[in-house]
Amino acid sequence: MYNTGLELMELANSKRCKIYEIVIENEVELQGLSREEIVLKMKKALEVMKASAQEALDKEVKSVSGLIGGDAKRLEDYRKSGNTLCGDTVVKAMARALSCSEVNAAMGRIVAAPTAGSCGILPSAVITAGEKLDKTEDEIVNALFTASGIGQIIAKNATVSGAEGGCQAECGAAAAMAAAAIVEMAGGTPEMCLNAASIALKNIMGLVCDPIAGLVEAPCAKRNASGVVNALISAELVLAGIKSIIPFDEVVEAMYRVGKALPEALRETALGGIAATPTGIKLRKQVLGE
Amino acid sequence: MSGLSSFDIIGPIMVGPSSSHTAGAARLGKVSMSIAGGNFKKVVFYLHGSFAKTYRGHGTDRALVAGVLGMETYDDRLKFSLDIAKEKGIEIEFVEADLGDVHPNTVKIVFYKEDGSKFEVVGSSIGGGNIIITEINGDKVEFTGDYPTLIVKQKDVKGMISSVTAILASQNINIATMRVTRRAKGKEALMIIETDAEISDYVLKVIEKVENIISAKAINPVK
Repeated sequence: MYNTGLELMELANSKRCKIYEIVIENEVELQGLSREEIVLKMKKALEVMKASAQEALDKEVKSVSGLIGGDAKRLEDYRKSGNTLCGDTVVKAMARALSCSEVNAAMGRIVAAPTAGSCGILPSAVITAGEKLDKTEDEIVNALFTASGIGQIIAKNATVSGAEGGCQAECGAAAAMAAAAIVEMAGGTPEMCLNAASIALKNIMGLVCDPIAGLVEAPCAKRNASGVVNALISAELVLAGIKSIIPFDEVVEAMYRVGKALPEALRETALGGIAATPTGIKLRKQVLGE
Repeated sequence: MSGLSSFDIIGPIMVGPSSSHTAGAARLGKVSMSIAGGNFKKVVFYLHGSFAKTYRGHGTDRALVAGVLGMETYDDRLKFSLDIAKEKGIEIEFVEADLGDVHPNTVKIVFYKEDGSKFEVVGSSIGGGNIIITEINGDKVEFTGDYPTLIVKQKDVKGMISSVTAILASQNINIATMRVTRRAKGKEALMIIETDAEISDYVLKVIEKVENIISAKAINPVK
């Protein structure tokens, strides 16, 4: 049992294991299933993640409202041209994140991670980093358990709902989960995983949830692309030996307080932020036929 | 970690775009359908609040219909549910409505049965794909569909609760939560019992045989 990042880290340290071991153990106890059954369940989630991260790279996927679509393919085609600024890994991760978000907006099948609105960040992070680090499927599945351990702590002590905490709670939680997963795949310690999660959350602290027309489309898809980059750079900082000055649990608490302090207009009501710009309002009228 | 699963964080596997407006809506449809039973030829959805405002963009309409057709939240066919309903000859209607002081994502689903009767269920999608059923044919209720749920209609006379709970105990079924309401003293009353173990047809038959029980229905959890 663990309720905080500190408890999770201490459990892993005392057993001299990775975070995923503790998370799987907890899940076995919670669900009364065998370890194999629990791992198989996560494998199924990874399969759906892989499919949604690929689908919109191969073909243009349009959202139901028509507001977004085709950007994942656009970015992937651009990456293949070989002239990117950020390099293959970053741009491929961005394209995959966009793909998941576009598939979601087109009523395709995705895995909420932790939410549907932020469903592109974790898949693109573990698939792309897994590729780069030459990890097996089993190792990627383990990284997903590490990510869910971080998500459990955020959901328990703060929130992962945009309506409650703004986009920082959804895309922030997803990036924190992803950053920890990447660090663990790269061989980092439990402490390094928490450091990466802290940095990712801090990087996005205060971000509002302001979807145009209230739909999970814009700016959500692009924030998934930026979210996976946040996860990658947070992991990179930590792998270089850099620490978070503020401990993970305190960052989570701060994120929650910031979320509570956000006015309602900036928490998924589509009444503020870019949703309330003249163009945002015009698009809402167009899309909802008002 | 007090009940919060890894798969609450990484999951559910669902058809997008919104856990509340799509996945939750599909569950509302499916749970309502299991309460109403099959054999309906027409369904009218009265959409309230945010459901009414954004149902087309979120696919709430398709998700609700997919649910009443028995589909799960991750079913690829969810997107085509309106066409599937048409093929099956089921008439579907959506009405934007003010259902009063209820959760913003609330729907009243009215089933028109083959035998000419009507069945009404009201429920809300309360976030993350979770739902709550709040009304059945005008009776106030409160349950989520996460647990096996027993819905018993009985005459409001003494001893009914103990008869039903004794049957559950004898079948080794533990009660998680229970709620009893009545229309008026001595008239019809309703028992909603959430349990830890599934309720078999046999248990239902035993309960239905008890004097003054009008009907008993079980809903298996819809994930």
